[in-house]
Amino acid sequence: MNTVYSINGPVIKVKDTKDFMMLEMVYVGEKKLIGEVIGITDEFTTIQVYESTTGLKVGEPVYTTGAPLSATLGPGIMSNIFDGIERPLKKLEEQQGAFIDEGASLISIDDNVEYDVTITVRVGDYLNGGDVYAICPETYVVTHYCMLSPLLKGEVIWVNSNGKYKINDVVCRIKTDDNKEVDLTLCQKWPIRNPRPVKRRLSISKPLITGQRVIDTLLPISKGGAGAIPGGFGTGKTMTQHQFAKWCDADIIVYVGCGERGNEMTQVLDEFSELIDPRTNRPLTDRTILIANTSNMPVAAREASIYTGITLAEYYRDMGYHIAIMADSTSRWAEALREISGRLEEMPAEEGFPAYLPSRLSEFYERAGYIETLNGKEGSITIIGAVSPQGSDFSEPVTQNTKRFVRCFWALDKTLAYARHYPAINWITSYSEYVDDLKDYYDKSMGESFLRNRQRILNILLEEDKLMEIVKLIGADVLPDNQKLIIEIAKVIRVGFLQQNAYHQDDTYVPLKKQNLMMELILYLYDRCLKALEEKVPISVIISTGLFEKVIKVKYDIPNNALNKFEEYKKEIDDKFKELSISSSEWR
Amino acid sequence: MSLQHIGLNEVNGPLIALDNVKGVGYDEVAKIKLEDGTERIGRVVEISGEKVILQVFEGTNGLSLENTKTKFTGKPMEMPLSKEVLGRVFNGAGKPIDGLGDIYAEKFADINGKPINPVSRVYPRNYIRTGISSIDCLTTLIRGQKLPIFSGSGLSHNKLAVQIVRQAQIAEDSGEDFAIVFAAMGVKNDIADYFRRSFVDSGVLNKVAMFINLSNDPIIERILTPRCALTVAEYLAHEKGMHILVIMTDMTSYAEALREFSSSKGEIPGRKGYPGYLYSDLASLYERAGIIKGSKGSVTQIPILTMPNDDITHPVPDLTGYITEGQIVLNRNLDQAGVYPSVSVLPSLSRLMKDGIGEGYTRFDHSAVANQLFASYARVQEARSLASVIGEEELSDIDKAYMEFGVQFEKNFIAQGFEENRSIEDTLDLGWDLLCLLPKSEIDRVDEKLLEEKYDPKKAERFKNAE
Repeated sequence: MNTVYSINGPVIKVKDTKDFMMLEMVYVGEKKLIGEVIGITDEFTTIQVYESTTGLKVGEPVYTTGAPLSATLGPGIMSNIFDGIERPLKKLEEQQGAFIDEGASLISIDDNVEYDVTITVRVGDYLNGGDVYAICPETYVVTHYCMLSPLLKGEVIWVNSNGKYKINDVVCRIKTDDNKEVDLTLCQKWPIRNPRPVKRRLSISKPLITGQRVIDTLLPISKGGAGAIPGGFGTGKTMTQHQFAKWCDADIIVYVGCGERGNEMTQVLDEFSELIDPRTNRPLTDRTILIANTSNMPVAAREASIYTGITLAEYYRDMGYHIAIMADSTSRWAEALREISGRLEEMPAEEGFPAYLPSRLSEFYERAGYIETLNGKEGSITIIGAVSPQGSDFSEPVTQNTKRFVRCFWALDKTLAYARHYPAINWITSYSEYVDDLKDYYDKSMGESFLRNRQRILNILLEEDKLMEIVKLIGADVLPDNQKLIIEIAKVIRVGFLQQNAYHQDDTYVPLKKQNLMMELILYLYDRCLKALEEKVPISVIISTGLFEKVIKVKYDIPNNALNKFEEYKKEIDDKFKELSISSSEWR
Repeated sequence: MSLQHIGLNEVNGPLIALDNVKGVGYDEVAKIKLEDGTERIGRVVEISGEKVILQVFEGTNGLSLENTKTKFTGKPMEMPLSKEVLGRVFNGAGKPIDGLGDIYAEKFADINGKPINPVSRVYPRNYIRTGISSIDCLTTLIRGQKLPIFSGSGLSHNKLAVQIVRQAQIAEDSGEDFAIVFAAMGVKNDIADYFRRSFVDSGVLNKVAMFINLSNDPIIERILTPRCALTVAEYLAHEKGMHILVIMTDMTSYAEALREFSSSKGEIPGRKGYPGYLYSDLASLYERAGIIKGSKGSVTQIPILTMPNDDITHPVPDLTGYITEGQIVLNRNLDQAGVYPSVSVLPSLSRLMKDGIGEGYTRFDHSAVANQLFASYARVQEARSLASVIGEEELSDIDKAYMEFGVQFEKNFIAQGFEENRSIEDTLDLGWDLLCLLPKSEIDRVDEKLLEEKYDPKKAERFKNAE
C-alpha cells in the first residue's frame, strides 16, 4: 500500500511507487482528503492536497482512484454554490455546520432531486459525441440538455420512458462500435483541466451587452471574447464584475470568487436572489452558478477553482447557451500557483512566479470563444478576469502576461476611484480590440452614426487629456474659448456619460439605444456651442444657461422607458441658443 | 504511552530537527524539556520520512543537540476557552501572564480556526457609530467588518484606536454582550501599557482579553498571537453570542516575524523577501471576522499596521487592502498640520458601507453627502496642485472656493477632539454646512430635490465668521 512519506503544507510526497499517473485524483490519509498528483519521479510522487493537512501523519495510506480530477456535469448545477472542487457549499454546511472541516470527501450535486425528463432518442438511433439524448427543465430559465460524452459514440439499444428521474438513474443505453454497452444517466464526468471539444470556432461578431456605458459604447467586449479588469484595491474591480454578472445579456453566468472575501460571496448570494433579471422576470440566481473559494480556504483548491468554473461553463456552452464567466481574481489564482510552486522548490521566474505562468494563463483565456458545438448549435464563452496587481503596479507579471491573452483591457484608475468616479475605468489607458469585429453589428442595430459618434466622444476626451496638462501648469483661465468649451463638454461626458450609478434604479443598466441617444444629445449640445462661439457668444454666457448641468443629469432625468424625451431636450437647447443669439446681436 | 526523544539533530534559528520520529502529525504540538527543567513549546512544520522539523515558540536560546527531551502531544496547538478569559492578560502564545493562574477551560479549540462556509455567513449590515466624523460619514464601520488602519510610524493610530474603542457603540441595545480582544504583536512596552491604561480609564478592563507580544519577545510567539486572540474572539462571538471588537497591532511586525521564520526555513522568498504565502496567511487571520447564521454575536476587526516609509504599495498594506473590506489611511501631512485624527479621506474606503447606511440605518441622505464630500474634496486636490504652480491669487473663483472648502473641511470635519463624540446627525449636518461653501452648480452628486432642501449658503457663514 502507498503511504505518506513527507508533508509540507498542502504538498505531500509518496515514496517508491509506480501506481500513480499524472493529474490523477487521490485520497490522502485516514480522513480521505482529496488530492491531485502533480509530479512523478523515480523516487517520489508529489501530491497537492485540496484540504487542510493539519494532523495528517506520515505512514497514513494514499488511495488511487484511476481518474483525473473531474467535475460532475448534470442538472442541479444551476443556481448552486460550490467550492473550488465542485462540492456544494450548502451540502457541506448540512454535514459540518458553519465552519468548513476537512475529510468531507467528494460530494457532488444533489442526487435526490427528481427532474422531469423527456427522452429525445429512439432505439436504433446512432449517437455521436455531444448529441442530445434527453432534456429536462433545470431552473425556470434554463433547460438542461443531456449530451453524450464527447468521447463516446454508438447505437441506442434501449430507452426508458419519459418521466421523473434522479441524476444517477439510467435513461438509455447505447452500444459502442466495439460492442460495449454503456448506460447513460443524466450526468457525466469531465476532467477539469481538459477543454471540452467543439466542432469548430466561429468568428466573433456580436457584442456582450452589459448596460454599462463606458463598456458598451467606448470599450465593448464581444460574445466569445476575453477581457481583463486590472486595478489596485479599492478601485472597484469587484463592483464592476458584479455589474457584469447582473446585467450582461449572456444566458448563464458563472461567477468564480477565487481567493476573495467571504462577505463578498455572501453579498452576491443575497443580492442575486433578490434581483430580478429584466429579460426573464426571474431572480438572477436562476441563471447563475457561483464558485466560492474564499481567501482562507485551502490554496490548492483555489488553483483548481478556475478550471472547475470554466468546465461548468463549457458544459452549458455545449448545450447552445451563451456564457459569461467572471473570475475574481486571477491574481489570487496565480499566487496559488506560486505558492505551490514554491513548496515544490521549483526554479522561480519573475517575482517568484513559476516560469509556466504565461502558458497557464493562455490555456485559461483560450477556453473562451464563439463556437459551433458538436451537435451543431451556436454557443459562446466570454471570460472576464479581474487582476489585482501587487502595489497597483501594472508592470507586474500577472497583468503583463494577461494583457497578451486578452483583447479587452479595462484599466481601473486610483485617481478616478478616489474622486468616486465609478466605474473607474480609465478611458485613456484602456482599450478594446473588438470594435472592428463588432462594426457590422453596431451599423445594423444602431445606425452608422453610432461608431462615428463614439469616435468623436473619444477625440474630445483625448483632446481634454492634452489640455489638462496645460491647465495643470497655468490654470484654465488663460485658455481660448474654444478650448474652454472642450474642457466643459468633456466634463459633461465624464460626469454625465462615463460615470454611472450602480445604485440608481435607471442608471444601473442603460440600454444601448439610450446610450446612443445620450451620445447624440451631448454632441448636439457641443455642435450648438461651437456655432454660438462662431457668433462670438462668450463661453461664460453659454455656461450660464445651465444647459451643461441639464445634460449631465439626463441619465437620471430620462427614464429608460421614455426615450422620446430626448427630443424635448434638443428643443430646449435650440430655444436657449436662439435667445442667446438674439441677445448677443443686441450687444453688438 | 508517551515517547520521549532525547537530543536533537539540528538547530537553525527558531527551528529544530529531530530524526527517527514516527507517527507524528502535521501541525502537532510538542513539549521540549531542557536540562534545567524549563519547558518550551514547539510545533511541527515539516515532516519528511522520519525526520521532523519543529518551530520553537520561545526561541532556541540555550538548546544544544544533547540537552533536550522532546515529547509529542498528538494534538495541534489549542487554546483553553471560557468566559473567564475576559479581564485577563496573556502572552503571545496564549499563556496567562497576569499571575492569576490558568484558565479553567470549558473547551479547547485549535488556534488555526476553520474557514467559515460562505453560505453560512450573514452579510454585515449594522453600522457601528464611532462618534468620529471622518469614519462615521465617509468610511462607515459595520459590525462584522474587517477595517484596518493604515498608518505610519509616529502617527496617531493608537490614539485613534483607543477613541474608537471608547466611543464605539457595538451593542447599542444592551451594553452587556460586548467585549474587546486586544492583540499586540511586536509593539513596544509603553504602547501596550498605553492601551491597558486607556482600557482602565474607560472602565472596560474587565471586558478585555489582552494578548501581549512585545517587540523583544520571540517571533514565533508573534505568529501565534493573532491566532490565539481570534480563537478567543470566535468563541465569545459565535458560541457566547457577544459582539467582539478585535484590535490587532501591529500587523507589519507580524508579517516581519513571518518573513524571519520563512527565511530560516529556507523557503523561496516572494516580494521584498516575504514568503509567497503571505496573502494566504494574512487572509487566514482577516477572514475570521464576520457573522454566522444562527448566532447573535459578531467579530469585527480593526487591524493596525504601520506602512514602512509610508508606502501604501509595500506588500503588507497592499495585500491587507486586497483582503480587508476597506481601509482607513492616516496621512503625515495632516498630522503635521495638527489635524487629529489625520484621516486621509480620499484613499480611505469602507466596502460594506453602501449597504449599511441610509434610510433605516443612519440617515436617508448619508450616501449623497458622503459621495459629494469625496468628489468635492478630490477637486480640492486639483485646485491645490494648481495653486502650488501659479499661486493662489491667480486661481479662478471656483477654484478659490474649493481652496476655502478644503481648509474648512479639514479643520472642522476631519479634525475633532479626542474626547469629542459626534452623533451621526451632527456629522451629516456638518457635511452639508461645509458643502454650502461651494457654489450650488458644483454640487453635482446630489439629486435636485435634496439639493433644494439642504442647500443654503447661509449655513456656511459660520465658517467664514470664524476667521
